[in-house]
Amino acid sequence: MLAFVNFYLLPGLVLGAIYALSATGLSLIYGVMRFAHFAHGDLLALGAYCAFAASTSLGISVWASIPFAAAATIPAALVADALFYAPLRRSLPAVLLISSFGVALMLRALIYFFFGPTPVTFPRPIVPPLVFEGVRIQARHIWIILGAALCAFMLHLILSRTRAGRAMRAMSDDPDLARISGVATAAVIRLTWIIAAVLVAVAGVFLGLDTQLQPVMGFNVLLASFAAAILGGIGRPWGAAFGGVILGLAEECSTYPLVDGAPLLQPTYKSAVAFVVLIATLLLRPQGLFRGMI
Amino acid sequence: MIARADPPALSVSGVTKRFGGFVALDSVSLEVPEGSITGLIGPNGAGKSTLFAIIAGFLPPDRGTIRLRGEDVTAEAPWRLHARGLARTFQIPRLFPRMTVVENLMVAAPNQSGERLPAPWLARERIRREEEALRARALSVLERLNLARHAEAPATALSGGQKKLVELGRALMSGASVILLDEPAAGVNRTLLREIAQIIAALNREEGITFLVIEHDLDLVADLCTRVWCLAEGRVIATGSMGEVRNDPQVAEAYLGMTFDVH
Ligand SMILES: Nc1ncnc2c1ncn2[C@@H]1O[C@H](COP(=O)(O)OP(=O)(O)OP(=O)(O)O)[C@@H](O)[C@H]1O
Ligand SMILES: [Mg+2]
Repeated sequence: MLAFVNFYLLPGLVLGAIYALSATGLSLIYGVMRFAHFAHGDLLALGAYCAFAASTSLGISVWASIPFAAAATIPAALVADALFYAPLRRSLPAVLLISSFGVALMLRALIYFFFGPTPVTFPRPIVPPLVFEGVRIQARHIWIILGAALCAFMLHLILSRTRAGRAMRAMSDDPDLARISGVATAAVIRLTWIIAAVLVAVAGVFLGLDTQLQPVMGFNVLLASFAAAILGGIGRPWGAAFGGVILGLAEECSTYPLVDGAPLLQPTYKSAVAFVVLIATLLLRPQGLFRGMI
Repeated sequence: MIARADPPALSVSGVTKRFGGFVALDSVSLEVPEGSITGLIGPNGAGKSTLFAIIAGFLPPDRGTIRLRGEDVTAEAPWRLHARGLARTFQIPRLFPRMTVVENLMVAAPNQSGERLPAPWLARERIRREEEALRARALSVLERLNLARHAEAPATALSGGQKKLVELGRALMSGASVILLDEPAAGVNRTLLREIAQIIAALNREEGITFLVIEHDLDLVADLCTRVWCLAEGRVIATGSMGEVRNDPQVAEAYLGMTFDVH
């Protein structure tokens, strides 16, 4: 039981927290702009690498480098929107999806160009895990879980308590009606990008801290984030956060040696879990657990 | 420029609209004087709602012009017209389904500083006060529309008549100076109907809001409107006070089979 908590449940929660951060942004973008943002994973990687550059060159801690990650992802998202998405706003969602795929490739090329293909790790001291009654957890994992929870809480406050949040929800309910009701749609779209970019920057740093940084790190997260967003009901940020946690847990627990010491699923196939969840959701409950927008 | 009388709040001239071969509006011209409550009546399918859609920028006309206070606004985007102070309601209510009733009204309020970041963090106190004032205003509108009890209910939980009222409430929140109401009283019970008429009259009197009202309840139109335009088969067939229009033989013919409960 303790082994399960230490090696499956806690890592699952950590991974789930990261997926949740990424998936909420995806879900917000889908809600407000109605397209699947394929560049989200590479935006995550960009954030992680910029935090890496900041923390190694300035000698600051990883946590202090999070603002640098956001300082890269926010302008990247806004520029991509202005150059590539805004002109296509009135076209089919598939066109925007393909456009964002192009942006994803560009971002990844930038990362390869500046940081090379070799994986790197955040400079971090080796510290023994904290132990509570046999439950072993790394301090950084506690911070990741708390950090993600704090982000979710802030997002909740913005969406439920502010006019900006209300305007975002109005746009995700009925964009045309929002527009003719005088909602400043351009400002709301910018705000959506800023929020999603901050969330994904934090996710990138957390993922880098949990494992390592590599240029394709974001692409691996993308599928899981989409699966989480759809599982939670696309366009519903809270659902996406919940879906992210479920997905993280499912991926980690999928390798649990339930019978005869052999893992349920070879770790190499972990990422198939996201596929299975995605397909199962679309087949069984396409609107998602919390009734999304499809 | 030679001095002349103020332009009407709204003027429609020579508007024609075809749907395929069907002529929905045939060279329609009408005027809505500043500060008036003007009626637009006519049998089902006369083209009233189509005309509203054209005025509010939802449909481009095939021919003709729309002027708002003398300025040509033909086929301007609806949200631009909204920014100029023109609001409309929909005959079939159109609400934000996943927001509460009070939120539906709050969103309709004119543009707000808090929609932009980082305002929520820089000016938290001011935003909070604005937000409370806005909520209070929305609640008072709901109070007047007898919907205060449902303020926190999701918009989808309302009955058809209640949704119509929310639709009206949104227009009242918009801060618009010209409001187009498409059958505000359809499906609303009689007591509330009086109430609605009073709200419209009060807003017109106290805030100088100009209304153009489509309505099948001709008694309500007679109470409320100083001037009425009657549309049938896409043409204006009569105009004048409700009394005059009622007695117009062409109007009687257009409404053939319908009996006026003339007092
Ligand atoms: N988008 C459209 N495509 C085709 N025909 C349309 C369209 N919109 C309206 N029409 C037709 O135009 C005519 C006028 O419709 P409109 O909705 O303006 O009538 P109305 O005067 O508002 O009637 P009611 O009192 O029943 O609401 C109708 O015959 C309708 O079928
Ligand atoms: Mg109509």
